[in-house]
Amino acid sequence: MTSFQKKTWIGLFIMALLTPLGVVLPKWFNAEDAWGEWGIDKIEKLLGYIPAGMKKVSEIWKAPIPDYNFGGESASMATRIASYIISGVIGILLISIAAYALSKFLVKREK
Amino acid sequence: MHIPDGYLSPQTYIPLYGVSFAFWGIALKKIKKELSAKHVPYLAMGAAFSFLIMMFNIPVPGGTTGHAVGGGIIAVLLGPWTAVIAVSLGLIIQAIVFGDGGITAIGANCFNMAIVMPFVSYWVFNLVKGNATQGKRLSIAAFLSGYCGLSAAAVITAVEFGIQPLIAHAPDGTPLYAPYPLSIAVPAMALEHLLLFSIVEGMVTVMVFNYFSKHEPDLVRTLAREA
Repeated sequence: MTSFQKKTWIGLFIMALLTPLGVVLPKWFNAEDAWGEWGIDKIEKLLGYIPAGMKKVSEIWKAPIPDYNFGGESASMATRIASYIISGVIGILLISIAAYALSKFLVKREK
Repeated sequence: MHIPDGYLSPQTYIPLYGVSFAFWGIALKKIKKELSAKHVPYLAMGAAFSFLIMMFNIPVPGGTTGHAVGGGIIAVLLGPWTAVIAVSLGLIIQAIVFGDGGITAIGANCFNMAIVMPFVSYWVFNLVKGNATQGKRLSIAAFLSGYCGLSAAAVITAVEFGIQPLIAHAPDGTPLYAPYPLSIAVPAMALEHLLLFSIVEGMVTVMVFNYFSKHEPDLVRTLAREA
């Protein structure tokens, strides 16, 4: 690994440490979900009903770490912040593994 | 911009899966031909960068949130086909592990953020850059590539939302999936991106572009091609 690459990886881990800004800032500014990404409860509040097709499909997948949060919906801010950082690091690791596995199949060896 | 499960009808998400599979196939073939072993770490870094930058939710005070995607800068640095794979990797992991974006919507989300965005960004960058190989013009090209790329992705996403009430409704007209028509979805998503999120994307694109031009100029693919 070149020193530039090492520096860039360190930069990415620092980014992971900073990701909690992505939960803290919206909270500060009283901002909620992204447009079109409301949960099923919020949709019911917005519309007064849950569209029939949406109701059937919306819970099709149980993600292991939903919303980058280990603490569930009632989690404290501290838990959310810690979860975010850990999720960021897990993301980096999973992506690295996937990218290198993919490249093993794809890239021709250079001598 | 991560469409959750239940917002798109099958007649939308199945074709978009098809389109994404086609692009993935071509992208993998191209990478096999062009990407050399020394570029592999950059594919991983690009994917990780995209994954992380999407976690930085930017608030519209009292309103919604949004985020940069990184698809533009990856396309500029590594080429649009590598960006297709890098951003898709991030999106697939977000959907499966973190429930960010639906499983049924992986094809759609990859189409919007990992296909439309990198190609628009790449095209805009080259268009604005012209023959410049250094200087302010490159920074402007980088900014606009991020800005336009994310905006295009947002509008396409809004169109996918907005056509749902038209193509998937109960006999009495009640929407079965995403409920808001084009006339609401497109302005809502276009405005918040044009006025805020895409500006952030543009700034991130310039910062990363300048960092790489300074430290790893050979990698800056579109520049290297000129040499």
